[in-house]
Amino acid sequence: MSVGEGLYRTMRLIRRFEERAIELVHAGEIIGGIHPYIGQEAIAAGVCAALRDDDVITSTHRGHGHVLAKGADPVRMLAELTGRSTGLNGGRGGSMHAADFGKGIYGANGIVGAGGAIATGAAWAAVKEGSDRVAVSFFGDGAVNQGVLLETFNLAALWRLPVLFVCENNGYATTLTVAQAVAGSITARAEAFGIPAVSVDGADAAAVLNAARDAVARGRAGGGPSFIEATAYRFDAHHTWEHKARVRYRADEEVAAGRSRDPLDIQGVRLDADTRAGIDADVEALLAEAVAFALDSPRPDPAGALDHLYATGLRGRDGVGLLDTAVR
Amino acid sequence: MARLSYLKALQRALADEMARDSSVCVLGEDIGVGVNNVTTGLLAKHGPLRVVDTPLSEQAFTSFATGAALAGQRPVIEFQIPSLLFLVFEQIANQAHKFSLMTGGQAKVPVTYFVPGSGSRSGWAGQHSDHPYGLFAHVGVKTVVPATPEDAYGLFLTAIRDDDPVVLFAPAGSLGVRGDVDLAALGPVPLGVGRVHREGTDVTVVAVGHLVQAALAVAEQLADQISVEVFDPRTLYPFDWDGLAASVAKTGRLVVIDDSNRMCGIAGEILATAAEQMRLTVPPKRVTRPDGAVLPFARELDLAVQPQQDQLLTAVQEVYKSSR
Ligand SMILES: Cc1ncc(C[n+]2csc(CCOP(=O)(O)OP(=O)(O)O)c2C)c(N)n1
Ligand SMILES: [Mg+2]
Repeated sequence: MSVGEGLYRTMRLIRRFEERAIELVHAGEIIGGIHPYIGQEAIAAGVCAALRDDDVITSTHRGHGHVLAKGADPVRMLAELTGRSTGLNGGRGGSMHAADFGKGIYGANGIVGAGGAIATGAAWAAVKEGSDRVAVSFFGDGAVNQGVLLETFNLAALWRLPVLFVCENNGYATTLTVAQAVAGSITARAEAFGIPAVSVDGADAAAVLNAARDAVARGRAGGGPSFIEATAYRFDAHHTWEHKARVRYRADEEVAAGRSRDPLDIQGVRLDADTRAGIDADVEALLAEAVAFALDSPRPDPAGALDHLYATGLRGRDGVGLLDTAVR
Repeated sequence: MARLSYLKALQRALADEMARDSSVCVLGEDIGVGVNNVTTGLLAKHGPLRVVDTPLSEQAFTSFATGAALAGQRPVIEFQIPSLLFLVFEQIANQAHKFSLMTGGQAKVPVTYFVPGSGSRSGWAGQHSDHPYGLFAHVGVKTVVPATPEDAYGLFLTAIRDDDPVVLFAPAGSLGVRGDVDLAALGPVPLGVGRVHREGTDVTVVAVGHLVQAALAVAEQLADQISVEVFDPRTLYPFDWDGLAASVAKTGRLVVIDDSNRMCGIAGEILATAAEQMRLTVPPKRVTRPDGAVLPFARELDLAVQPQQDQLLTAVQEVYKSSR
């Protein structure tokens, strides 16, 4: 598969995965809802196409796209979202914590801005052991106002660490616009620490890939951190609860204009129609398998609710007085 | 009498206080649109100087509120998720809380921190499902967990009017609770005063927040065998020890149900104080989350970690039986 086809396939996979997941939310099969990545697929696809399997990423509350693009199995990912023991995290994490360490995916994260420092620590570990691995932290425009991320920029630049910061600027942190939230500019935050920063069209996977390749090459060569601001539009709700709650903060015209630049079409027209149709059909089959697998998978045994709480297997006391004798 | 939901009661309390006192202002994320349905309509009414939509800079805006409070304002901060309180623990526990003493009484910090939807919201998993009220009680920050619509109204009002920092947890499991209330009679509820929701003579059940409803259900279920008194502390710090002592003096038996971790949790403090100072005739019990619990995602795992009504029922029966 050519690079261009690969980008399209990843985006198509994410798009259809999200659409199927939304159906499962509405059907009550995914509890807690999801933050759909629809509209931003080119960013995950472009960046991850520049990465190796052993590179590390940290993701966000809107993490499905990153997890899939970095190579997690969509079948086990969907099993995770439906809370099955066959899921990536054994049903313990769900949408906001899906992780696959075998693929360098250090997890989605429920706390805005939390992943940047984690990725930077992983980048440092790579340097320390003499590897040319890089780490990537994805985060939203909302995260650039978190103190911890700004502190992280300083560490990454100061210690010239191979970390790539990818800010997905979709114009909103939930209902708050970037104009309402960000003084100065997003790229200037990185530049203030001497981190090279570029803005790219986050609807164009090829443009994202180019920028990511430069940044990753710099990181591997010991040139330190980089920053990419990728602008895109979130096509769907901040979170699926909006499908019911109908909060109003984006004008219909704005949403229509945003959706008119569909990253799948931007990349899709670069392929010939048959190739595109073939990829679409493959993705459809894969997701049909994923949904069936997830729904057929066993639910976890409540007796193991706190399995894995400690890496050492330490068990605390249960929560019920009757079981006090079970102190281990 | 009117039907009032807990969520609407919170909304009403904030709206009433803002109308009454122009120094009351509210800060938080997405509060202009009002995604949590507490600040609904306030931006249109009071404008952006009193309803401040903040960037996602919790640590900054929490201490920013401290500064505004030191300078005479009465800020209320809405936090979208309970774990954000971990993020701002320094700003509350080590800054806001300590000013009064450290300045020899020169300063006061009347800030209210509130979380509409604390505890599990089923499916929000590990980082969105905590109930860290015990942490605040431990450091001595005034900590309030209302269980009913009228208490949500009254305690929110009192929290805002209080001259010290107050954290108010509105459990996710309580937001939908409805009650028949006399709207004209709604008013402040004092901190540190518990409430007996149901009188009984055999066993005192102390229930925190949304678990008050579970305790009432258990009391009803057991009504023809065991007479259960349901005591709702309403405020965890300061705690109504006299109210609890009066109840335990009647029953001599105590069970606590608390949706937070067992180790060093508020339930442990309640049992310890009762053991030290009250007339218990049999060893007490507590029903809590397990030690150090992190809520797993899948529904059955999430439920397995939260204290349940049937566990309370069994604990009440055991405590009752052990006396004979
Ligand atoms: C530290 C923190 N504050 C608030 C929240 C609640 N929250 C979850 S997502 C979100 C908006 C995030 O916006 P952005 O970073 O732009 O990402 P996007 O949702 O647009 O992908 C908020 C406020 C949180 N999870 N963590
Ligand atoms: Mg955003």
